[in-house]
Amino acid sequence: MHGFANPARFLRIAKWLTPLCLLAGLVIFGAVIVYGLFYAPPERLQGETARILFIHVPTVWFGMAGWTTIALASLAELVWRHPLAALAARAAAVPGAVFTTLGLLTGSIWGRPAWGTWWVWDGRLTSFLVLLFLYLGYIALAGALDREGSNSRVAAIFGLVGAVNIPIIHYSVIWWNSLHQPPSISTSGSAMAPEYLWGMLGGALGISLLFGGVVLARMRMLLANVQAEARLRRKAMGAAEGLAS
Amino acid sequence: MSTGLKPKHQRLVLVIVALVVLLGAGALAAYALRNQASYFYVPADIAANPPEVGQDIRLGGMVEMGSINTADDGVTVHFVVGDGAARVPVTYAGIVPDLFVEGSGVVAEGAMNAEGTFVASNLLAKHDENYMPRELEGMTMEEARETVAETYE
Repeated sequence: MHGFANPARFLRIAKWLTPLCLLAGLVIFGAVIVYGLFYAPPERLQGETARILFIHVPTVWFGMAGWTTIALASLAELVWRHPLAALAARAAAVPGAVFTTLGLLTGSIWGRPAWGTWWVWDGRLTSFLVLLFLYLGYIALAGALDREGSNSRVAAIFGLVGAVNIPIIHYSVIWWNSLHQPPSISTSGSAMAPEYLWGMLGGALGISLLFGGVVLARMRMLLANVQAEARLRRKAMGAAEGLAS
Repeated sequence: MSTGLKPKHQRLVLVIVALVVLLGAGALAAYALRNQASYFYVPADIAANPPEVGQDIRLGGMVEMGSINTADDGVTVHFVVGDGAARVPVTYAGIVPDLFVEGSGVVAEGAMNAEGTFVASNLLAKHDENYMPRELEGMTMEEARETVAETYE
């Protein structure tokens, strides 16, 4: 893990890994969308509306994976003081929030024809909306800390505390009666025909590559900001010393 | 450090203790909410703990096979919601959602009347976790599930 602690080494790897992830993610997710729109069979009960599954489930998964990334990076920041961990947590917040929003929107679009309503306040939908609010809070908090140049680790604590919501989202449909259906795939098997299952897993692969690519790109940007600031500070110090002598 | 722990191990222990406490608090809250956080009552809940006549509740369960009956006016439907343990007759006047079919899940909003019938003011269809193409349509749920399981293996 500490092999990547060296920012120069991280940048060398991220430089070629970023475009590779983004390109592969776009190609795979594009192929899944084409498959989902034109080749997947209509579902037995839902008909054509089932096609949104190929976008809804992967985006929802990576809405949750985004916060899991924040929580793990926050743990690495708090315990091991890993120099890149704070950047990784901040970099994961925006794509995570985007995927969470997409998951909420696609779910709502599906819910109107399938359930007969755009939105209900059941356990799954409510806990997932809370996830979006947690992201917005995290982004605002981390942004405020960074603007003030603070070394505070409050954002990391917030990232860890917010992780409590992730198992709640997962178990909301199991613990409580909810309008949202229970998970279709579990460790004991799949309740999905292979046409849907493989399309959905392909979508998840594409989204995971896009997520990884965006996180790497944002980490490079944040790192460049830090370095530029340090350079400016050194210049200012040098100028001040020059004046003093 | 009198304990002999390295600072990073101290921080690790502290974070783990904090997380355990936090998860415990979350689990307790979820347990306390188990009734309130449910979106609907199942027929067994209604049988065990009958709600007052006219009290607004949501009832959820499976539409029993062969129970959907459309009245002569063409918009009123009568059906029975069951959960394997109890059954509740429901009446609803209005347009039903596309996924409202016999043998599938439904959530009805409304209240019980004096005769023990649930009068629904709104119907929501509840989709289950199964995704099957139309070719499997002729089969029963059980056969289709087996087919899906076989293809998946």
